Amino acid sequence: MDRLIKVLFFALLVKPVVLLLLGLNVRGRNNLPDSGPAIVIANHNSHLDTLVLLSLFPLSMIHRVRPVAAADYFLGNGGILAWVALKCIGIIPLDRSGGADRETLFSGCTRALNAGDILVLFPEGSRGKPEQLSRLKKGVYYLIKERGDIPVVPAMLHGLGRALPKGEALLVPFNCDVVVGESLTERQTAAGFMNSAAESFKQLSAYCLTLPAADADDVAV
Amino acid sequence: MFGVPTHSFYLILLVVILLMSGSLISYRMQQKHPDKDYTELRQRVQSWWMMIGILFAALLFNQVLAIVFFGFLSFLALKEFLSIVPTRQTDRRVIFWAYLSIPVQYYWVSIGWYGMFIIFIPVYIFLLLPVRMVLLGETKGFIRSVGILHWATMLTVFAISHIAYLLVLPVKNEMAGYIGPVLFLLFMTQFNDVCQYIWGKRFGRHKIIPKVSPNKTWEGFLGGVASITLLAGLTAPLLTPLLWWQGLMAGLLISVSGFFGDVVISSVKRDLQIKDTGNLIPGHGGILDRMDSLLFTAPLFFHFLFYSHY
Repeated sequence: MDRLIKVLFFALLVKPVVLLLLGLNVRGRNNLPDSGPAIVIANHNSHLDTLVLLSLFPLSMIHRVRPVAAADYFLGNGGILAWVALKCIGIIPLDRSGGADRETLFSGCTRALNAGDILVLFPEGSRGKPEQLSRLKKGVYYLIKERGDIPVVPAMLHGLGRALPKGEALLVPFNCDVVVGESLTERQTAAGFMNSAAESFKQLSAYCLTLPAADADDVAV
Repeated sequence: MFGVPTHSFYLILLVVILLMSGSLISYRMQQKHPDKDYTELRQRVQSWWMMIGILFAALLFNQVLAIVFFGFLSFLALKEFLSIVPTRQTDRRVIFWAYLSIPVQYYWVSIGWYGMFIIFIPVYIFLLLPVRMVLLGETKGFIRSVGILHWATMLTVFAISHIAYLLVLPVKNEMAGYIGPVLFLLFMTQFNDVCQYIWGKRFGRHKIIPKVSPNKTWEGFLGGVASITLLAGLTAPLLTPLLWWQGLMAGLLISVSGFFGDVVISSVKRDLQIKDTGNLIPGHGGILDRMDSLLFTAPLFFHFLFYSHY
């Protein structure tokens, strides 16, 4: 039943909106994992980020793609937002309050990975300022530290922070860039892994059509 | 034939035959040189089939759908343009108003209110956009933003809506019907691109504007102009109310202005240091890459026709 809700939600609402109202310039689509377990990491500027990334996957496997999202924000007040987040998008809630230890914190993620799902993670932790990359958090490293078999694929998004930035309710149509890179290979240490992720985002941003060339050089990393 | 006026039917048939030979050539090339990669050529031809299919379906169904279709093209073009040019975060709300100009402009087209159609973007939207921007209060970058936005609406909404207005002009050539002039404009504009390319490829030596477009040569330009002028002189009387000598003039106008539309959009891309304006159409790039010439030919052809026959 949940699978059906998610498929319908993406087939009838998300995909048409993303394709017609927004419009995507996709590069490196074939770098996306075609089966789990796998992790896609992306920069985060808008609620649309999750929907856009998920819409790139075929409907037949969309129920296996699970975005990791803040429990306090999406489930805090219950109601329609919580229902959409859980049933239509199928998020894995993450507790940001800092109370839980690391193992409990990531238990939902590890369970999904063990089940062969594809996780979508935003290592910046929050949407932050429009179209700027904030510091990447290390959480994702702990998920893959002991799992050399899980590919981590970086995806650079640009333009969605203009279409629907944090704190705005009015969606203004813009074409958006999605540049998917090859899976990260540097995973010895947490710092090395995070650096290679940041470096990869910077390289991918060079392929963004919607990023003026003059700004592309100084994307804050 | 099949409810389509005879002359328009033959043009559609001609386009389908041209596309079929395109497919055949691309297939033959791959057979002849299996070691080379013809993916882009194949994609280009496939995309042509898609575009032509959608266009003919929209045009032949009825006038209203055809007008909505060109309105949607305006939307895609405006969105693409505003996505590649630099805009300020505060401009979002002004841009929203710029989008709203599309349904309104095409509504004027659909009711055939020429007076409003012709001044709505150049007067009302021209004044409205800076007003909305002033109310937002951000003055840094004001001049640049307001200039970019108005140029964008003129190019993508005003210019493209002229194609749609051709559909509502009273039919003066019964053999061509209301789609005749539109088919003529679209065919001549796109075929002009092809002719200039082929003449340039075959005989091109002297570059016209190497800083903007290194592949454009005088030989390609003049060859294209000559071919299209002649072809338009022959076909205009069949598809439009124009007489043969007016057809020659229309052909000259389309081929020269088509060239300039092409290089103007090339300059925009050069300025932004991008190769394509998007990747909506596989093998072609974005919608502006495909419609660049049309942005210039549509209003000029429309006014030539309007002045000489309406």
